Amino acid sequence: MTTTIAKTGSVDAMELLTVHLRIKRYNPEVDTKPHWEEFEVQQKASDTVLNALHNIKWTVDGTLSFRRSCAHGVCGSDAMVINGENKLSCVNLISDVGTDLVIEPIRGLPVIKDLIVDMEPFFAQYRSVIPYLIAEDDPGYKERYQSQEDRARYDDTTKCILCACCTTSCPVYWANGEYVGPAAIVNAHRFIFDSRDQGTERRLDILNQKSGVWRCRTSFNCTEACPRGIKVTQAIEEVKRAILYDRV
Amino acid sequence: MSLNVHFHSYDAVIVGAGGAGLRAAIEVSGKCRTAVLTKLYPTRSHTGAAQGGMCAALANVEEDYWEWHAFDTVKGSDYLGDQPAIDIMCQEAIDAVIDLEHFGLAFSRTPQGKIDQRRFGGHTRNHGEAPVRRSCYAADRTGHMILQTLYQQCVARDVNFFNEFQVFDVIFEGEGTERRCAGVVAYELATGDLHVFASKGVLFATGGFGKMFRISSNAHTLTGDGPGVLFQNGLPMEDLEFYQFHPTGIYGLGILLTEGARGEGGILRNGLGERFMERVAPTVKDLAPRDMVSRAIHAEIKEGRGAGPDKDYVYLDLTHLPPEQIDAKLPDITGFVRTYLGIEPKKDPIPIQPTAHYAMGGIPTNVNAEVVIDTNNTVMPGLYAAGECACVSVHGANRLGTNSLLDIVVFGRRGGRAMAEYVSSVGHPDVTKAAADKVRDHIERLKSSKGGEKVAELRTALQETMTRNASVVRTEESLKEAKATIDDLRKRYESISIDDKGSVFNSDLTEALELSHLLDLANGLVVGAMARQESRGAHWRDDFPVRDDVKWMKHTFAHQDAEGNVTLDYKDVVGGKYQPMERKY
Ligand SMILES: Cc1cc2nc3c(=O)[nH]c(=O)nc-3n(C[C@H](O)[C@H](O)[C@H](O)COP(=O)(O)OP(=O)(O)OC[C@H]3O[C@@H](n4cnc5c(N)ncnc54)[C@H](O)[C@@H]3O)c2cc1C
Ligand code: SF4
Ligand code: SF4
Ligand code: FES
Repeated sequence: MTTTIAKTGSVDAMELLTVHLRIKRYNPEVDTKPHWEEFEVQQKASDTVLNALHNIKWTVDGTLSFRRSCAHGVCGSDAMVINGENKLSCVNLISDVGTDLVIEPIRGLPVIKDLIVDMEPFFAQYRSVIPYLIAEDDPGYKERYQSQEDRARYDDTTKCILCACCTTSCPVYWANGEYVGPAAIVNAHRFIFDSRDQGTERRLDILNQKSGVWRCRTSFNCTEACPRGIKVTQAIEEVKRAILYDRV
Repeated sequence: MSLNVHFHSYDAVIVGAGGAGLRAAIEVSGKCRTAVLTKLYPTRSHTGAAQGGMCAALANVEEDYWEWHAFDTVKGSDYLGDQPAIDIMCQEAIDAVIDLEHFGLAFSRTPQGKIDQRRFGGHTRNHGEAPVRRSCYAADRTGHMILQTLYQQCVARDVNFFNEFQVFDVIFEGEGTERRCAGVVAYELATGDLHVFASKGVLFATGGFGKMFRISSNAHTLTGDGPGVLFQNGLPMEDLEFYQFHPTGIYGLGILLTEGARGEGGILRNGLGERFMERVAPTVKDLAPRDMVSRAIHAEIKEGRGAGPDKDYVYLDLTHLPPEQIDAKLPDITGFVRTYLGIEPKKDPIPIQPTAHYAMGGIPTNVNAEVVIDTNNTVMPGLYAAGECACVSVHGANRLGTNSLLDIVVFGRRGGRAMAEYVSSVGHPDVTKAAADKVRDHIERLKSSKGGEKVAELRTALQETMTRNASVVRTEESLKEAKATIDDLRKRYESISIDDKGSVFNSDLTEALELSHLLDLANGLVVGAMARQESRGAHWRDDFPVRDDVKWMKHTFAHQDAEGNVTLDYKDVVGGKYQPMERKY
């Protein structure tokens, strides 16, 4: 019995490639503005961009700073702009993104150091949509039932890992930081369409304000950027319809 | 350049915002002034990586009782788990799941709309008759849902988070029986400032330390900071030698593929295509507990029946499952396989190997998550621990799948309650900014050192030796080799120097501090494993291949002295209804 491991099994994939990285750097303790630095490291085609960044940090320049934790796309720490697109460094292989990489911090949030941005505004916007279950009735000491259809209704938006890839790819968000942004709307959607929740009106009121869903111009950047494959723009459209037609 | 030191005073401080820390925070918040300190944004915690589920005898899909769950947990623990604690966990499991449902957790549902349950390794009906459907789950992202739901509830309660604050020391005050925990010292990642948190109660919930191994399912940040800090302050660690290796890590990477894959019908096959678990565990086959499956894989590989050019892995075969079932129940893990190996799991079997996964051992506690500091169960007032960093012990020598998510919510809740009650009855500790001196000195030493040793090099050497010599199968010889390497690395650690001398997000520095925790805990693990001349659960000694209940049905307590040497003493296992018997499945 054999499986050919397309990405690591063949001899070619084990071969070391020279990866060239151009990284936008900024150290607030020294620099007045960001500048570019170039690095070259040897990686396998099956390595991730995160592997390459670690390689730099651990063998070339220990000052290079970025966030990361899980290293397999579930914690949402390492959103960055890789060759012009918002991506998680840990789920993009060199074989997918190539050996010439331009890496910058995500846009629209203040840069603190190198690839690290201030996530507070993003989380504040998340908190503003009341992102928790509101259910006043007391179900007593037992589970509430929920049909498989009702559960499926909000499945897609439960996947969000709050990485900010979507929000920081949104041209409207870049232009106006007041806009709550797609990630916050995704997290509101997760409760608005949960049959157990009773907070819909409050959330729809918040999203009907001028910082809410009507700023969205349906340009799909956010959907393309989402590493969890969430249909972000569709979720926003569903919330818009819920506001217009007063039903979920 | 001297570091700024800030001062805060709280009733309760929780260190860590994974499942255990957040569950404790929900319990404490509103009852007293609380701060939650976490080195990661809460939603980045590794609880979010948990896939398979959380067991509770809800009996939603078939007959089940908490007593059966307890029996399985005791047997799974290879009789090293403490039975009264296990009883509590399995009983309270049912409440815990209902709580989570009330908090809004998006469980997968049965056609009737109840919380669905599936099979998981080592969980059986009626004391081992057949696998039972006990694991409550949300597709293959149960941990993600738990973490998100608990964080949402913390947002609802306006819990006071200090995000990206990393704790590097613990504060005590008083002598003898008056001695109590009085707070922690934290390093603020964004500024490099130090913060003294004086607090009546402190609960550690810092998660595991799987980054001491090269092949590991754990996040880069799982460096054992909580246990490390306490160990370095002279507090004991329990059962460190019991470290779990999960059978199905993605080959070469260690990324986890949940046991839920086998719960859904996946099969392990060797290079010849044989279903080798049929030989090892005729009744439950691929759903035997993890220690047995990992050893079986090790044996297949060692005996030349591995797959691949180097015959160094086996397969997890899902190809016979209906594609819709894979998409509905295992979407994330099959995605990982596509991303990292370029394989379509619906068509091809997946190359896997055991991966370092879970610390059964850790900070010794009682069932109220109070930290105990000796083998007489003496409590350190004000100090609590819950979750993977703690050892209650409910997992004994081998944790059953799904029992950790359970552990974190049950004992997170208990710890939170106990701490809230305790702090209402004691006065504020007398702590000053001078409490930060030790951490400040260490940081300044690291920043000014010109020693030339590199953190990454030392860490890699540690991970290599641990994976090679202290994993699924151990011998006196392999452990001696690991010990010699660790001794050498701990010496070299004294000459570490770092590139980044700055204050803002200096992860060069924090990685160096984290490494000291990994080195000390690895040392404790290896010393405990050398002494334990038997095989029990995840601790398998090829040179002592049988379990020895007469000599070794006891917990190890490891102590590290001021010079960094480890000594051991032991505490009897607390028994109960179930007498030790041979573990057959
Ligand atoms: C891939 C994977 C899959 C798993 N699947 C399952 C499963 O299906 N079922 C199951 O029961 N178990 C599973 N487990 C095990 C289980 O997920 C973990 O044991 C559990 O989630 C640990 O939770 P925790 O709250 O103790 O720690 P974590 O979730 O790891 O959280 C640790 C927290 O501590 C903080 N922290 C750490 N150090 C410091 C410091 N120095 N200062 C401040 N904060 C600090 C971190 O920021 C983080 O918030 C799985 C584990 C892995 C790795
Ligand atoms: S679809 Fe809306 S939210 Fe998404 S990027 Fe476009 S404008 Fe922004
Ligand atoms: S919706 Fe997708 S891109 Fe946006 S924060 Fe969530 S996971 Fe990230
Ligand atoms: S490091 Fe966790 S998502 Fe990339």
